[in-house]
Amino acid sequence: MTDRVLDIQSLCKDRGKNRVLNDVSLAVQSGERVALLGHNGAGKSTLIKAVLGLITMDGGSVHIAGHTPGTAAARAATAFLPEAVSFHPALTGREQMALFARLAGQKPDITQLLERVGLGDALDLRIGTYSKGMRQRLGLAQVLLGRPKLALLDEPTSGLDPISRQDLYEIIDELAAEGCAVLIASHALTEMEARTDRIAIMRKGQLVANDTLQGLSARAGLRTRLRIRATENASAIALQTGGQRINGASVELEIDAADKMRTLRKITELGDSVSDIDITPPRLEDLYRYYAREDSQ
Amino acid sequence: MTRFLAIAGAEMRILKRNRWLAMATMIMVLFALALTFAGSAPTGTLGVDMLTVSVTSMTTLSVYLAPLLALMISFDAVAGEAERGSLGLLLTYPAGRGEILLGKFAAHLGALTIAMIVGFGSAGAVAAYSGGAGAASLVALFRLIFTSVVLGGVFLTLGYLVSSLANSATAAAGMAAGLWLIFVVLFDLGLLGAVVMDGGGWFTQTLFPWIMVANPADAFRLWNIAGSEGVALSSGMVGAASALPIWAAPLSLLVWPFLGFGLARAAFRRVEP
Repeated sequence: MTDRVLDIQSLCKDRGKNRVLNDVSLAVQSGERVALLGHNGAGKSTLIKAVLGLITMDGGSVHIAGHTPGTAAARAATAFLPEAVSFHPALTGREQMALFARLAGQKPDITQLLERVGLGDALDLRIGTYSKGMRQRLGLAQVLLGRPKLALLDEPTSGLDPISRQDLYEIIDELAAEGCAVLIASHALTEMEARTDRIAIMRKGQLVANDTLQGLSARAGLRTRLRIRATENASAIALQTGGQRINGASVELEIDAADKMRTLRKITELGDSVSDIDITPPRLEDLYRYYAREDSQ
Repeated sequence: MTRFLAIAGAEMRILKRNRWLAMATMIMVLFALALTFAGSAPTGTLGVDMLTVSVTSMTTLSVYLAPLLALMISFDAVAGEAERGSLGLLLTYPAGRGEILLGKFAAHLGALTIAMIVGFGSAGAVAAYSGGAGAASLVALFRLIFTSVVLGGVFLTLGYLVSSLANSATAAAGMAAGLWLIFVVLFDLGLLGAVVMDGGGWFTQTLFPWIMVANPADAFRLWNIAGSEGVALSSGMVGAASALPIWAAPLSLLVWPFLGFGLARAAFRRVEP
C-alpha cells in the first residue's frame, strides 16, 4: 500500500447533468508507467485535472503520496506536462525554468536540465521563437524539476518528431527508474504498447480496463494470428493446419494464445513445405478497439 | 514568500519585453507635458505658481488615464493565461492563487509607479523650472503621484476581477472598458443628473458627497482637491470637498485596493483552467 503514489478511489465528477467521471478507481505504484487511453472526451483530461486539484470532485477520493490534491505537499510531489503546453512568449527558456524552479522551491542546474531535453542551444532564446516540439521539450524539462513522485503527462509526444519521441521515452524511463510513478495519457497506441507497464482504458467517464497488455489480451480473448508461407503447395498446408488460404503461397490461421506452442510444433512437423512463418499477437490497437467499443462488456 | 516575488520578477520582465512599460511611461510624459503647457494661462489671475496649475490639470488627466492604463495591463492577467493554456501548468506549482495574483499585482503596480513618477515628475519639473514652485505645490505633486498609483492599483485589482470572471481575453477587455466607463464617466453623470433633479435638497446636502466619495475615481479627485488650497482654488471644486470630513476621501481610496484584491482573489479561486 505504501508505494501507491497515486491512489484514486471511486472518483466521480459531474458537469451540469452529465457525469463525466463515474466511479473511477486507479492506482499507480512508485516506478510504474501506466498508459491512460480513451477517445477524446472519455474523461482522461478531467481525471488528470482532478488529480492536480484544479477541479473539485463530486465523490470519491484521490491521494498523491498520501496527500489531498491541491495541497502544497501534493503539488510539490506532482509534475505535470499539459497537452499542447504553452508558456509566455516573451520569456526565454532559461527564465521560464528559473521561474518554475523558484515556485517549486528548487535550485536545479537549469543549463544541464535544458541540455538533457535537447534545448541546450535555445536556452536564451525567447519561447516565442520556439517550435512546437521545442515547447514540448521545455514542458518536459519542467517535469524533471525537483524529482517528482508522480508525473502526469498529457499527450507528451504530440508534435514531436520520431527521434524526439525516442528521447522523450528514454527520459520517462529514467524518471520511472528513479521511482517516479508515471501516468501517460496518449493516443499513440503503438508507442504506449512498448513503453508502459500497465494500460488503463477509459470510456465515457468509466474505467473499462486496467491491466497489463497480456492480461488485457487474455481477458479480451483476442486471438494470435499466424501466417504461414508455403514453399509450393499452400492448399495442402491449409488442409493440414485448418487455416485459410489467403493467396497462392500463404495460409493464415487464428489461434488462442494458449494453443500457440502446440500449433507451432505441428507446423514444424510439416518440414520443408513451410518456407516462413509470421506470428502476430493481438496489438494494443486491437485491444483498444475491443475495450473502448460501445457494446463491450 | 519568495514565490510571489518570483512571479513579480517574471511579470516585470514581460512588461519590459513587450514594451508596455515604455509605452505607458511615454503616454504619461506626453499627456502631462501637453497639459502643463496648455494649462499655464491662468497662473497670473489666480495668483498661484505654475506647478500648482499643472498639478490641477494633471489631476483631471490622471482620473481618466490611471484607471485606463491599469485596466489595459490587468485585463489579460488571468483570462489571457487561461486562453494561452499556461495557467493550468502554473496552478499545479506549489504557489497559492493568492500568491500568483499578488505577484502580478506587485509587478503591475511597480510599472504604473514608474510611469507616474516619470510622467508627472517630468511635467512637474518643467512647470517648476519655467513658472516657479513653492513647498505646497511640491507636496501637491507628490500627493498626485502617490494617489495616482493607488488609483491605478484599485483598477488593477478590478481588472483581475473581470479577467477571472470572463471566459476569454476578448470578453475581459470588453468588461474592462465597461468598468472604466462606469467608474470614470457614467457614475459622475448619474450623480450630476440626480443633483439637478433634487434641486439642492436633502440628497444634495447630505447623501451626495458620500456616494461620490465611495467611487475611487472621485475619492482620488477629492483627496487631491481638499489636500491643497491652491489646487482647490484653481479647480473650482471646493463645494463637495468641504462637505465631507477630511478623512473620507483618503479612507475610500486606500480601502478600495484591498476590497478589489479580495474580490479578484475570490473570483480567481473559482477559475477552472
